[in-house]
Amino acid sequence: MSYKTIIEDNIDILVVGAGLGGTGAAFEARYWGGDKKIVIAEKANIDRSGAVAQGLYAINCYMGTRWGENNPEDHVRYARMDLMGMVREDLAFDMARHVDSTVHQFEEWGLPLMRNPKTGHYMREGRWQIMIHGESYKPIVAEAAKKSADKVFNRICVTHLLMDDSKENRVAGAVGFNVRTGNYHVFKSKTVICGAGGASNIFKPRSVGEGAGRVWYAPWSSGSAYGLMIEAGAKMTQMENRIVLARFKDGYGPVGAYFLHLKTYTQNCLGEEYESKWFPALTEMVGKEYLDTEGQHLSHKPIPTCLRNHAFINEVNAGRGPIHMVTMEAFQDPHLEEIGWHNFLGMTVGQAVLWAATDVDPKYENPELTTSEPYVMGSHATGCGAWCSGPEDVSPPEYYWGYNRMTTVEGLFGAGDAVGGTPHAFSSGSFTEGRLAAKAACKYIDDGKGEGIVVSDKQIADLKEKIFKPLETYRVYSNEVVGGSVNPNFINPRQGLDRLQKLMDEYCGGFGVNYMTNEKLLQIGLKKLKTLEEDMEKIAASDIHELLRAWELNHRMRTSESVFQHTLFRKETRWPGYYYRGDAMKLDDKNWHVLTVSQRDRKTGAYTMEKAPLYHLVGEK
Amino acid sequence: MPTFVYMTRCDGCGHCVDICPSDIMHIDKTLRRAYNIEPNMCWECFSCVKACPHHAIDVRGYADFAPLGHSVRVDRDEEKGTIAWRIKFRNGKKDMELLAPITTKPWGTAIPKLADIAAPSKEMRNSQLLFNEPKYIRLDEGGLNTLESNRLTLKEGVYY
Repeated sequence: MSYKTIIEDNIDILVVGAGLGGTGAAFEARYWGGDKKIVIAEKANIDRSGAVAQGLYAINCYMGTRWGENNPEDHVRYARMDLMGMVREDLAFDMARHVDSTVHQFEEWGLPLMRNPKTGHYMREGRWQIMIHGESYKPIVAEAAKKSADKVFNRICVTHLLMDDSKENRVAGAVGFNVRTGNYHVFKSKTVICGAGGASNIFKPRSVGEGAGRVWYAPWSSGSAYGLMIEAGAKMTQMENRIVLARFKDGYGPVGAYFLHLKTYTQNCLGEEYESKWFPALTEMVGKEYLDTEGQHLSHKPIPTCLRNHAFINEVNAGRGPIHMVTMEAFQDPHLEEIGWHNFLGMTVGQAVLWAATDVDPKYENPELTTSEPYVMGSHATGCGAWCSGPEDVSPPEYYWGYNRMTTVEGLFGAGDAVGGTPHAFSSGSFTEGRLAAKAACKYIDDGKGEGIVVSDKQIADLKEKIFKPLETYRVYSNEVVGGSVNPNFINPRQGLDRLQKLMDEYCGGFGVNYMTNEKLLQIGLKKLKTLEEDMEKIAASDIHELLRAWELNHRMRTSESVFQHTLFRKETRWPGYYYRGDAMKLDDKNWHVLTVSQRDRKTGAYTMEKAPLYHLVGEK
Repeated sequence: MPTFVYMTRCDGCGHCVDICPSDIMHIDKTLRRAYNIEPNMCWECFSCVKACPHHAIDVRGYADFAPLGHSVRVDRDEEKGTIAWRIKFRNGKKDMELLAPITTKPWGTAIPKLADIAAPSKEMRNSQLLFNEPKYIRLDEGGLNTLESNRLTLKEGVYY
């Protein structure tokens, strides 16, 4: 093999994936770490990587305790309500009590936060959201990470975590390859903070061609947070909790500012409000505790995102689509019209491109909405991710094992999408989680927990062979056929991705089956996934770029497997509008008011599933 | 598509290759200019468009749902700290120019280098506080929220 092996040794803190979580970790680690060696390994370029690469027009998680706007526990209750109860409330509380200090630093660093001219407070879009001019959000936080890190390795696709050969279940670093040079990179580290991303593109997208790139979550979010941690044997939680988004059709432009700030609203093709008529039947499914339509205006509880999706999906199925966003009223105000456009340019330019291309002027025409294909992630209105320890002063015994945000693998920490059970963290909360993980990782090292790690040459050599195998497969078999992409000996990454997306859609509850699945379907899907996993041994890459796609596909496949296992385990329909278990259509608090936790055996690949108790923040009477 | 590159404007400098989050801007070996090698993995994030010193990169909406004849152009200026957009509709009826700030400080100057800051005390290390806390939480003298301070308990069971 012609590619060089480059070893970076004696790392204390290795940040894998530097989006908002990873940059937060790298930045904060310097404060607690002093002269510890901090290294970032990032698949792209940290100036424009992760889900915020394009920018954001809002920070969706800000308490505003300085102005008495909210307390951390208010946010926990909101997230709990939105997720139908399923939240790690210790982690959520911990994030919420620190997040404002993160946002105040962002402002100091130059991120333009809008102010309400009357109050001088940050301009609120909604109760939790503040409005920003965030085109350069990512370059700004990347700058902070660069100032703290000893080294930044851009363009390294991290494929596997290294494990300690002397002590069971302890992380030892990571390996990957440079997507430009092809060189094999080995990072030996005492701790790893996984800031890699959630998963787009595992369910078949609604778009059929080029538009497949205009996924809601970034196409480069390849589920690597999950792929890496699952294969290291980390316990995962809430992986069934995929998210479906109601967004502007095709462009998937955001609707938050439209609903909350511009006060636009939705209606069916007849111009009718449709949501409320689905609520009585929905209350039957989920119980009055989760959807109390009569008491809702008294309790001020928002209607959970999934339940609003449910109304949308059913209204369309009843033949009264499309659902429109009524923009024609708000857009008569030139100031609001400008905000409406800026909102897209700041974070989803593709939606502006689409409206320009289709002559949709929201001032004169109400644009269509749609429900997206599902996504698997842990920082938006959903909480997939690793089962992590909470903070010492908050967490009950079942949620605490010494170091905040540490997974069940020693020395392996998470931030952002990687941490399970912490929905509604968004950008600011993910950065905050990175900071929390960094402090804890420094403490872990100071406590001597990272001493005596052994990484055998065999482990390094075996992984190298494995990583570059797709190039070898291509070299050996491509000339056996005259040409083209059809070969009996291998599939290419695109072909594998197409197969994954089709089976996820049809068996795991994608848009093509109206988000419906059941035990039989899930079992068939798992069987098909198993053969895909076998075929992945024969995946071929014609060049280094395709090798990147091959390993992204591996992470997506491993994420999907976990989603299947969790969906199969939870025998109820907890989140109608995200997905349905046709064989258990009701929410079942008696048996399933719990968090689901899985572990994949590193040697056999077998999954063990368990229920973990759910703790809620309760006020002292 | 996503992005495409004008033949006469591109000089093959590689800024787009360096910045693309999806690793799809590559240099064509024969023409020595950049192009998008995988349009269906392009998010239309405009990172390359903004990074191109010659405005050689443009975006044509995704072919499976966006008709031809529109234009969204951008000019990002770190020195001025602004981003300027121009949106033209297919039917020519709308032609908008929009300007937004991208930073409030001279680029990169306001971010602290934590290596130069005094190390935290032992007491700070043993607390739940992060850098700049508790000061930065409320910008006053108040402390960190805890279960005790907010009179909360974590209870196992079914609570709404």
